[in-house]
Amino acid sequence: MSRLNRQRNIIDFTLSSLLRRKRKNTALVLVYTLVVFGLASVFFSTQALKREACSVLQKSPDIVIQRLVAGRHDLIAESYVNKVKDIRGVQSAQGRLWGYYYDPTVGANYTLMVPDGPFRGEGTIVIGKGVARTLHAQKGDLVPFRTYDGSFISLEVDDMLSAQSELVTADLVLLTENDFRQITGVPRGFLTDVGVTAKNPRELATIAEKIRRLLPDTRPIMKDDILRTYETIFDWRGGVLLVILAGSIFAFVILAWDKASGLSSEERKEIGILKGIGWETSDVIVMKFWEGAVISLSSFLLGCVFAYIHVFFTSSALFEPVLKGWSVLYPQFRLTPSIDPLQIATLFFLTVIPYTVATIIPSWRAATIDPDAVMRL
Amino acid sequence: MFMRKSDFFFFFIAVNVCALLLFFLHAVVIQGNSETLLGENSEMVKRLRLTDLCLFTDARYTRHPAMTDLNTPFQDHPSALEHFPSGTLAGPPPHLRSQ
Repeated sequence: MSRLNRQRNIIDFTLSSLLRRKRKNTALVLVYTLVVFGLASVFFSTQALKREACSVLQKSPDIVIQRLVAGRHDLIAESYVNKVKDIRGVQSAQGRLWGYYYDPTVGANYTLMVPDGPFRGEGTIVIGKGVARTLHAQKGDLVPFRTYDGSFISLEVDDMLSAQSELVTADLVLLTENDFRQITGVPRGFLTDVGVTAKNPRELATIAEKIRRLLPDTRPIMKDDILRTYETIFDWRGGVLLVILAGSIFAFVILAWDKASGLSSEERKEIGILKGIGWETSDVIVMKFWEGAVISLSSFLLGCVFAYIHVFFTSSALFEPVLKGWSVLYPQFRLTPSIDPLQIATLFFLTVIPYTVATIIPSWRAATIDPDAVMRL
Repeated sequence: MFMRKSDFFFFFIAVNVCALLLFFLHAVVIQGNSETLLGENSEMVKRLRLTDLCLFTDARYTRHPAMTDLNTPFQDHPSALEHFPSGTLAGPPPHLRSQ
C-alpha cells in the first residue's frame, strides 16, 4: 500500500470518527472559525487602513507649527509665518485656518477649513459627502451656521467634494476666510496653525530645531509624526486591538487547553480498540494529527475567507458600530484590499499549529498505555 | 461525486485555498486600479494641506489625532474623564507621549 493511500485511509477513518461526534465537532469548528474570523478581520482592516493612511498623508505639510499657551494649542499670529519663511531650507510657509463646528440641529461635528488660493464667492461653501448626507443638502441649498456671538448666517452649497475622497474629506466644509472668521470668531491677524514645506526633506529635523529656538512658544509636528500616529492607531500591539487580540488568544488557549488536558472516555476507548485490532501507536498519532488538522485547517481557511469578504466586500459591516462610536457623521468608504502574507502566516502559526499539537499530546499518552487497560477505563 | 470522505476533505481545502489565492490576486488588481484614486486623494491632501483621515468625528481629538493635545480629552470640565468611544480606538499620538 502506498504511503499516500495509507494517509487517505487514515483521513477517511478520521473523518468518520469526527462525524460520529458531529454536534460537538461542528460547534468546535464554528467557534474556531469565529476566533480566526475576528482576528483576521482586524488584521485585514488595520493593514488596509495603515496602507491608505501612509500613501494619502504622504503629501501632508512637512511640518505643522502649533502655538502653545499654558500647555494648550492656541491661535498663532500671522507674523510667525514670515519668521518661519526666513529660516534657511524652508520652501514655503502658509497659515492654515481651520476649526471645528458642532451643528446642534443634527448633533454632528464638521471641520471648517479655508482653502488656499482663490475660493468661490463670499457666502458659499463646498461640503464633503458626509456633511451633505447628514444635512440632506443639495447643490444650491442654504445651510445655517451659528456664529460665535450667537447670530446666524446662511451659506449656500456651491459644490460637493467627491465621494471617492470621503476618507479625508467627509466632514469638511470649505468656506472663505471672512465667513470662517465670522462663524468662529478667530480675529484677523491670527491663524489656527502654520504648514511648512521644506526644500530638502533631509533637513526637516534641523528646520524643526530652528523653529523651536526661534519660536519657543510653538510645537512643530513633523510629517513623520503624523504618519506614525496612524501606524500607532492601527498597530496590533497597542490599544483596543491588543484587547481584541488578547481576548481571541485567551479563547483559543481555553479551546486548546480543553483538548490537551485529556481525552473523553469515548475517545480513549476508541484508541484502545484501534490498538487492540492492530493499529500501531504511530498510526494512532497520525490519526489524531489529522483530526486536529482537519478541524484547525478548515476553521483557519474558512475564517480567513469570511474575514476578507467581511472587510473588503461589506466594508467591515460588523465593525461599523465600533468604528462609528458616537459619530453622527461617518465617512462611507471602501478600503483598498491589502494583505500582508506575514500576518496570514502569523495567524496560521497562532491557531493551526498549537491546536494540532494539543490534539496529538493526550492521544500519544493514551496510545502508549496497554489497550486492555484503556478499554477497561 | 466523491468516492471517499478524504476526497471531499481535499476538495474543500482546495476550494478554500483557491479562494484565498483569488483574494490575493483581487487585492493586487484592486491596488493597481486604485493608484489613481489614491493619487487624487493625496492631491486633495496636498491642496487643502490636510493632516488626518476622517475616521472618527465624534470627538475633536480623534478627528485630527495628529494635531491633538494630551489634555484635550479631559478638558470638558474639571477632573473630566475621557468618555468618547473613539478615544479607546485612537490613543494619543506617539510624538505627544515622547515629550
